[in-house]
Formats: sequence, C-alpha cells, structure tokens
Amino acid sequence: MKASWWKILCIALLFYTVIMGFLGPVPRLPILNEGIRNLYFHVPMWFGMMMILGISVVYSIRYLRDPRLAHDDIAVQSAHTGILFGALGLVTGMIWARFTWGAWWVNDPKLNGAAIAMLIYCAYLVLRNSLEDEGQRARISAIYNIFAFSTLVPLLFILPRLTDSLHPGNGGNPGFNVYDQAKFMRPVFYPAVIGWTLLGVWLTQLHVRLRKLQRVAEEKSEAVAS
Amino acid sequence: MKKMLSLLIALLASANLFAQEVEMADALRADGKIYVVVAVVSAMLAGVLFYVIRLDRKITRLEKDAGDK
Repeated sequence: MKASWWKILCIALLFYTVIMGFLGPVPRLPILNEGIRNLYFHVPMWFGMMMILGISVVYSIRYLRDPRLAHDDIAVQSAHTGILFGALGLVTGMIWARFTWGAWWVNDPKLNGAAIAMLIYCAYLVLRNSLEDEGQRARISAIYNIFAFSTLVPLLFILPRLTDSLHPGNGGNPGFNVYDQAKFMRPVFYPAVIGWTLLGVWLTQLHVRLRKLQRVAEEKSEAVAS
Repeated sequence: MKKMLSLLIALLASANLFAQEVEMADALRADGKIYVVVAVVSAMLAGVLFYVIRLDRKITRLEKDAGDK
C-alpha cells in the first residue's frame, strides 16, 4: 500500500468516531434522543463533501491554467467522491428526518438546496460523458465545475438561512452548538470530520492512480498496435 | 397575579425537559448491550477498511509493474 501517515490517521480517527460515537456522552434532548449521535456521521459527510468538491474546483482551475491531464484526473475523481459523500449525506439526513420530523423528506429550503446541488454535480458527470476529446472534455467540464461549486454556497448556506427551515442551523433554528452540553460532542465531532474527509481523499487518490494506470496501459497497447 | 400564573405555567410546561424524563438508551448501557452495537459497527468499518487497503496494495503492485517495464 502506498504508505501515508494520513491513511493511518484516517483509520484511527474512524474507529475512534465509531466507538466514542456510541459510548460517549451526549445531551439528553427530547425528540432527538440518541439520534443526536447521527451528528458524527451526517454532518461530516457534508463537511467532507465541501472540502473534497473544493479540491475538485481547485484542480479544475489548475487544469485551465496548465492543461495537464493529471489535474483533470484529480478534478473528476474528487467530484465523484464529493457526489458520493453528498448522496450519503442525503440518505443519512433522510433517516434522521424520518425519526425526528416524521417524514423521509420535507419541502424545506435546505433539503431542496442539497438535492439541487447534487443534481448540478450529476450534470457535471453527464457533461463529461458527452464529450469525446480528452482535452475538450477536461476544459469544458472544468469551466462547468467552477459554476457548479459557486452554486453550493448560496444553495446550502445562504438561501436556507434567509427563510423558514426545519433544518438545525437555518431559518431561525439553533445549531447544536448552542446547547451547553454540546461541548461533550465536540471531541468526537471534529475528529469525525477529519476522519471521514481523509477517507474521501484516500478513495479519490486510489481512483486517480487507477486512471493514470489505465491511460498508461492504453498508450502502450496503441504503441504496440501501430 | 399575572406574573405568578405565567411562572406556574412555565414551570409545568418545562417539566418534560427534566433530564431523567428524556428517553435515552440507558437500558442498553445498563445491560452492556451498547457494546454489541459498537462491536457490530466496528466490524463493518473494519471490513470496509480492509477492502480499501487491499485495493491500495493492488494498485501499488500495478504501479510497480508499470514502472519496471
């Protein structure tokens, strides 16, 4: 395995999250009950998604400035991982919603914004698929990526705060950090964010390495054929 | 009089917020079954991470082979 200190850290932090996530103390709140522990899974998915999609757009911009396919590889694979994390964020959110609000989905600006954001990134993948030429695909999808990432901040953070929302932290609802006992959750929450994000980076790195190998293999078979 | 009445109502309304009234998984902790939950989730996590490590090793091997040629 391509040894890295951060892979070991990722493994350690994820086990810590899972063990302390269930054994550690949490505030005793009505309606939420033990479900508050979902904070260690649902929220890190979104934090991780933002960071990984951030990496994606940075490499898209890098590609536009210096058109090396290595940059495009990282941009597209980060986008894939970001979409995976977003999808998991939606699923864990829906499970939480079912138990707390009584419905798998509600007509809520935060939820709808998250769903729309996911659709925008899926369109990025569809766009890539429609373009044959490698260079053109990388260029056009890089420009789209910049627009896609720019929609995330208004959709997820600004619009839900401007209007009524059921979601914690938006529309006049308190986030969890207003609770005095939230201090018990922070020692598990922040390591969880780091652990899950590192896992995303690890998965992205594996895919990028695979892409490079596939390209090398393709070039070799073309050289042999000609 | 009005103030006393509001105080009384507030006290009664907040009764459901007393810590011992909120249902938590205390029973699971008391009889140790919470450790079953932790063990199960840890086992799943270990399985997924083993798969990721195996994949990482395979790719490293392929990279080495491609580098030698």
